[in-house]
Amino acid sequence: MSLLNVQNLSVKIGDLTVLDSISFDLKSGDILALTGESGSGKSMTALALMQLLPEAAICSGSIQLEGREMVGLDDPALCKLRGAQVSMVFQEPMTALNPVKTIGTQVMETLLEHGMAQKAKARQQAQQVLERVGLPAAQISMNSYPHQLSGGQRQRVVIAMAIALRPKLLIADEPTTALDVTTQAQILKLLKKLAKEDQMGMIMITHDLAVVADMADEIAVMQLGEIVEKAGPETLFTAMRHPYTKALFAASGHQVALPTLPPDPPPLLEVKDVYRSYTLPRRTLWQKPVQKPAVRGVSFELRRGERLGLVGESGCGKSTLTRAILGLDPIDKGDIRLNGQSLHGADADLRRDIQVVFQDPYGSFNPRHKVGRLIREPYHLLPTPPTPLDQDDAVVTVLKAVGLRAEDQFKYIHEFSGGQRQRIAIARALIIRPKLVIFDEAVSALDVSVRAQILDLIAALAEDYGLSYLFISHDLSVVRTITDRCLVMQNGEIVEHGQTADILDNPQHTYSQKLIAAAPKLPRISIGA
Amino acid sequence: MSRSRSLTIGAVISLMILLIAAMSFIWVPYDVTQLSIPDKLQRPNWTHWLGTDHFGRDLFSMIMVGARTSIAVALLAVGIGIGLGVPLGLAAAARQGSLLDEVIMRTNDLIFAFPSLVIAILITALFGAGAMNAIIAIGIFNIPVFARVTRGGALSLWQREFILAARVSGKSALHISVEHILPNVSNLLIVQGTIQFSLGILAEAGLSYVGLGAQPPTPSWGRMLADAQTMVSFAPHLAIIPGSAIILTVLGLNLLGDGLRDLLDPKVRKGRG
Amino acid sequence: MLRYTLKRALSLALSLCLASVIIFAVVEVAPGDPASFMLGINAQPDTVAALRAELGLDQGKFARYLAWIGGMLSGDFGLSYTYRSPVSDMIGERLWISLPLAIYALVISTAIAFPTGLYAASHRGKAGDVAVMGATQLGVAIPNFWFAMILVVIFAIKLRWFSAGGFAGWEDGLFLGLKSLTLPAIALALPQAAILSRVMRSALIETLSEDYIRTARAKGLGKRATLWRHALRNAMIPVLTIIGLQFSFLMAGAIIIEQVFFLPGLGRLVFQAITQRDLIVVESVVMLLVFAVILVNFLVDLAYAAVDPRLRDRT
Repeated sequence: MSLLNVQNLSVKIGDLTVLDSISFDLKSGDILALTGESGSGKSMTALALMQLLPEAAICSGSIQLEGREMVGLDDPALCKLRGAQVSMVFQEPMTALNPVKTIGTQVMETLLEHGMAQKAKARQQAQQVLERVGLPAAQISMNSYPHQLSGGQRQRVVIAMAIALRPKLLIADEPTTALDVTTQAQILKLLKKLAKEDQMGMIMITHDLAVVADMADEIAVMQLGEIVEKAGPETLFTAMRHPYTKALFAASGHQVALPTLPPDPPPLLEVKDVYRSYTLPRRTLWQKPVQKPAVRGVSFELRRGERLGLVGESGCGKSTLTRAILGLDPIDKGDIRLNGQSLHGADADLRRDIQVVFQDPYGSFNPRHKVGRLIREPYHLLPTPPTPLDQDDAVVTVLKAVGLRAEDQFKYIHEFSGGQRQRIAIARALIIRPKLVIFDEAVSALDVSVRAQILDLIAALAEDYGLSYLFISHDLSVVRTITDRCLVMQNGEIVEHGQTADILDNPQHTYSQKLIAAAPKLPRISIGA
Repeated sequence: MSRSRSLTIGAVISLMILLIAAMSFIWVPYDVTQLSIPDKLQRPNWTHWLGTDHFGRDLFSMIMVGARTSIAVALLAVGIGIGLGVPLGLAAAARQGSLLDEVIMRTNDLIFAFPSLVIAILITALFGAGAMNAIIAIGIFNIPVFARVTRGGALSLWQREFILAARVSGKSALHISVEHILPNVSNLLIVQGTIQFSLGILAEAGLSYVGLGAQPPTPSWGRMLADAQTMVSFAPHLAIIPGSAIILTVLGLNLLGDGLRDLLDPKVRKGRG
Repeated sequence: MLRYTLKRALSLALSLCLASVIIFAVVEVAPGDPASFMLGINAQPDTVAALRAELGLDQGKFARYLAWIGGMLSGDFGLSYTYRSPVSDMIGERLWISLPLAIYALVISTAIAFPTGLYAASHRGKAGDVAVMGATQLGVAIPNFWFAMILVVIFAIKLRWFSAGGFAGWEDGLFLGLKSLTLPAIALALPQAAILSRVMRSALIETLSEDYIRTARAKGLGKRATLWRHALRNAMIPVLTIIGLQFSFLMAGAIIIEQVFFLPGLGRLVFQAITQRDLIVVESVVMLLVFAVILVNFLVDLAYAAVDPRLRDRT
């Protein structure tokens, strides 16, 4: 008998059908991956399996856990199951833990809630569980608070809470999306290990196909609330059938063709020996303020027409470096030059040659301004901006160049989707024809298929506008296709640089090797007939 | 209460009170300065819709004219709060962590520490009772409220990427504060404005009650209550009517504020594409 | 934790200093010389001058300020201009009415607000919540002195359960003393309870939408256990702020209520002193009230750190 048997599970919220007759089953010890883009219903499935849907949701169909029907059970009965038979790990480790309780208390709570009477015993067992997930007492005390732990450590605590009672089924909803690449690899390895040790059935929800390729025994692809294809990884990767699956995988591994570089291009951006430290807030009134170095002696060159990538994990200093290049923050030592002229304390005149596209398509725009006005903002930097008529023409031209229409300039930003907003952001960056564009995690918040389109757009613009850009990303597969050369940053320093393909295929520095090894890889797929 | 219902009821009540106050400039049923002792202490009837007070003055007319006072004082006090508090809040947020920010915040906290009612009484008593000083006394305590609200809203906006984009475009902090920050905190200000307005009505009533608000012969709701105090056992309508006027006005404004808050909340309005 | 406490204590001291300067300055700037006020318009200039000298009003501002501060720190608040008796005695007597009244009102306010706010938050959107929201909307709009009048009419005059005013004194026992403070306390407490109830409700609703609540449910905690063990403690933080603010308001806001109920408390004292231009009394009472507010803020800050461990590590 299978561990979990889901038949015709449907969820409606008001008029909206969020899940439409989902069916699948899962055997103990197996890992099922649910994958799809945003809006596909994967998170809803997870919540439905725990019967933790929002109040307004109506659930129908059947969910049988070891033969026992879960849909329609009353809350007390469900409470007995949750945490003990079926557990869940969530996406955001930062907010999943109660900030005012110790991690020990929170792990113990699972045990105490399900019948363990003595506190001492619960404490002991909680300590053991924390060891299992890689947080031994010697390293992290049970009396620590969540804010004292890193993101990866917090996620381990969440996992500890979930597996404390050795549940039969573990649901992991995007457990590593908010984590760094190296941390992600560790957490995935941990989950796999725990599933094997306890013979737990695991449902892994992720939008990252590369992650599932490695781990899953079966992969179910979801689109708009339905499972469109379900198969083992072997079968799926060699002979996928549904057009959506094909599109999804194609988009994930999407490659763009960058225009060739002109021979011996002159340097455009020169960063020489840049240092920048932050003063940490003082812990006591009489201590000397502590300096935390964020950027330590970074030097590199970006030549005209070149597409340079910058990879690194959180805390490596790439945001500080970016802000320094954009002139948003000063530097302590060193020099940044654009076309030979120093940007140090430069005025608007030089700044206009560098523009930026940010990560968040929703926060990048003033919600109260129309698109036309938003795109025009960089004109502020020009000493003699063109006439309003010329500006209008420029706006229309650039909107068309990014694949939108002229009328779109009269709309408000909230009328557009995430992908469209990034196009508008690119339009804004291009309108004054800067020499250099910085893409700061510009495609990281987008769905895979949308991302592919935006990458195509960037490649096309590189061709048409002769763009030089610095592309910052933590996603190595994106960096591989959209950059010529690449820098690897760790702890404020550039540890390796070279041709992108060289670095990704044959990293020399230990950190680069670690980074590239940790990144999950999409297998070579053949899109079957 | 559903948000749109809150908004409509609140708007209707507030508008009604405003209209009554406005109309009092053109027409009142009876002249409030005319005493008419033979008519005194009447219960509500057809000639005097809300009855008369101990001097025979028509209560309905007094309520109308009193509305003027309450609204004027509360509104101008809010004006002072916004006029001085908002720029301070914007400046503090634009220079967060600097000495300016510290000074503004510490001063704010200090003003909050002062018991507003006592200080208001102090100011009006020492510098002279009357509507003008009441406005100033109440207004002073509105300044830190608006400064704090503005600063809070502005701080979270400064982190947003569209502000970064504006900085990359070379705009100065002042320019950004006015062009980007201010319009986006206006929602918070409108809501807070209605709250402070209603608090101002209550404060003005309190000051008038102890004789320190608008002086006779200008009628004011608070003073009507004070006058009613000795007679309340045998003529309760003298207290109930002005009291109800205050309650109704404050209620209307609060409902309006609640409704506006829900209406203007971007989280509710945002249409995810 | 020690660091945090010390920093807060420093802040407290600084605020007090600044407050004293402001109070002194405001009272100084005010028009109206106490001496001429006391002696009337027809007084002779030399009599006025003599009185000024006697009251110490002829000394320089700075000297008087220092004398005042020095006196306060040693418990001597000076002599009242009007009555020539020690201000500290006058304040002391009145404090025994105003302080219990404020505490009494705070207790009533909290006792009403906590259960109603909790109830409304856990039954959000349903009839119970709407009822609570409606009641609090009304409660917030009611001027406390008007409510006091109504209470007097119903409970003192018509029903005769309480006296219409005056204070029975503590000598005859706690119960009688509290009885005369009951109507005033209720009048004060009602609008505050309405505000606190709303704060409680919104703090809880906000906390209930946090991710760790979902985690608790996923661990198998029932709705009630989740509410009590996780939501409530975290919701206390904003609630504590408001309680702190309310206490200060109750101490000071009683000024008008005391008028209605003829209670010889600090409110009446400062009010009379203002009308009599007894500036020393005014300064001292206001200083005391400000001190109470700043002290309560300090205690609330400490309570924050007790509730939220994140604050203990930050400065």
